[in-house]
Formats: sequence, C-alpha cells, structure tokens
Amino acid sequence: MLDDADRRLLRYWQAEPTLTMVELAARAGMTHGKAARRVARMQERGIVQGVAAVVDWAALGYAVEVSLRITLDKTQGNAFDVFMAQARHVPEVIEMQTFLGRVDLRLSIIARDMAHYQTIYRERILTLPHIADIEALMHVARIKSDEVLPL
Amino acid sequence: MIDLDDIDRHLIVALVEDASQSAGVLGKQLGLSQPATWRRIRRLDAAGVLKGRRLKLDAAQLGFGVTVFLGVKLATKGRVSLEDFERAVAAIPEVQTVEHVLGLYDYRLRVVARDLPDFERVLRRRIMTLPGAGEVEANVLLSEERFSGPL
Repeated sequence: MLDDADRRLLRYWQAEPTLTMVELAARAGMTHGKAARRVARMQERGIVQGVAAVVDWAALGYAVEVSLRITLDKTQGNAFDVFMAQARHVPEVIEMQTFLGRVDLRLSIIARDMAHYQTIYRERILTLPHIADIEALMHVARIKSDEVLPL
Repeated sequence: MIDLDDIDRHLIVALVEDASQSAGVLGKQLGLSQPATWRRIRRLDAAGVLKGRRLKLDAAQLGFGVTVFLGVKLATKGRVSLEDFERAVAAIPEVQTVEHVLGLYDYRLRVVARDLPDFERVLRRRIMTLPGAGEVEANVLLSEERFSGPL
C-alpha cells in the first residue's frame, strides 16, 4: 500500500496537476530522485493514470448541459449492452454512468442552445433502444468540480 | 467565441487523453513544429477552452471503493440561502463535485467513500445535516465512461 510520502505527493499533485516533477518534489519536501521514483512506481501500478485536460464546453459554444437519468426496460436481457453501445455513438453524450439504485443509467448531454438540445433529445436520445423512463436535470451552475480524492 | 480548426480539435482530444505530452511530441503527431504547437495550446488555455488539468487516479486502489451520485432537494426553499448550502456542501472532503440543477432535484453531488458503511457515515453526519437539505436520493456508481464529445 501507499505510505505517507506517497499520499503527500498525490495531495500536492491533485491540487496542482500542472506541477513539474521538480516543483512537486519541492512541495512535498523530498529530493527530485525520490519523488520521481515514487511517482514512477505509482504509475506502474496504475494508481496514477495520467493528467487530463478539462474542456470547458461553454467556452466552445455549448451553453446547455443536461443530465438524463434513464431507467431501462429490463425485461430485455441485453438492454444495458444494446443501449450503451448505441449511446456511445451520440457525439453530444460526454459522460455515461451505470448505477445500482433508482435509476439505471445517466447520460451527460451538451448542446449549443435549447433548440439544439431539443433536436438531439428527439432524434438521438428518444430513439435509443429499451428506454422505460427518462428524467432530465438541467445544469445551472457548477459549484465544485475538481474531483479531488480526500487523501 | 474562439474559432477552432481541425488541428485545434485534434489537439484538444489529445490533451484530454494525456495532458502530460510535450508540445514537441504532440506537434509531431499533428505535423506541427514544437513552437507552433505550444502557441496553439496557450491560445486554448487563454480562451478558457481548456479550463485546467486533472490528475487521474485509480480511486479503488487508493481505498475509495464506493462512488455515489446523490440528488439533493432543499427542504425549505426560499428560507435557506443557496450560498450557505453550497459553501457547506463544497467544504465536505468526500464531495467531489457539486452541481446546481433544475428538475426533480436542486443539487447533484458526486461523493466518494471507502465502503458502504463509510458512505453511510458521510451521508448521515455530513450530508443530511447540511443547512436546508431535504430529500436525498442515492445511486451507487457501477461503471463510468467519458467521451471526447462533439469535436
């Protein structure tokens, strides 16, 4: 498992993912070599999977974001697989999650405006297979989005 | 709004995949010089298209075996200030994202926990006690996919 020094590295790195290895080592109070070895080990084990750029869709003109909570018709044995395979082909779907709970699945959809959303909803979403029910939550504001783990 | 050409779009997709790649490596894939690639990345950052970077960690290997999406309804709309609720909920370390939404719920939260008993602790001690928190619906995450979107 990880020790305190590993966790310290991850805490500083999560807070500032653009840090160079030299900067990260300095923040965590260890030598560059030691920090680099620890990071390399965590990468090998798949604990650290990399650094991703985060896209602001609003800045690209996608002003509307809707979270669709979907219940599937589970009398169809392969409902999940068939639905998910087709949902992956809708370009405006940016996230898909499956759940244990009241809803089976969630899609995050982006659109340029409400008219565009309506088109996507009618032509690309409602035509997906095995949907039993859909609830929409319209995104108003993002209060916290860093997705930092409390290490 | 910023105009993007095909090279910009490829660059964004590549950076979402792996933002640690150097401008030289990215440029080679796109047929650009290192300085030209660097200028394009800087332009995307400056325009806010890339709103930041995120360290991708394997939550399960770090001991966070459970992720739950919560829909939260405010109990006393109008009497509780949204700012108070938002400040309090964003300060909970296990809460990774907070979104203000319109629809069946007022807020959507993404919460990590070590296991289900730990999640119950977070839910009872931290979430249910928030100022104004009313009905809460929990869906336990089983799988998640993210897509590069309409680029």
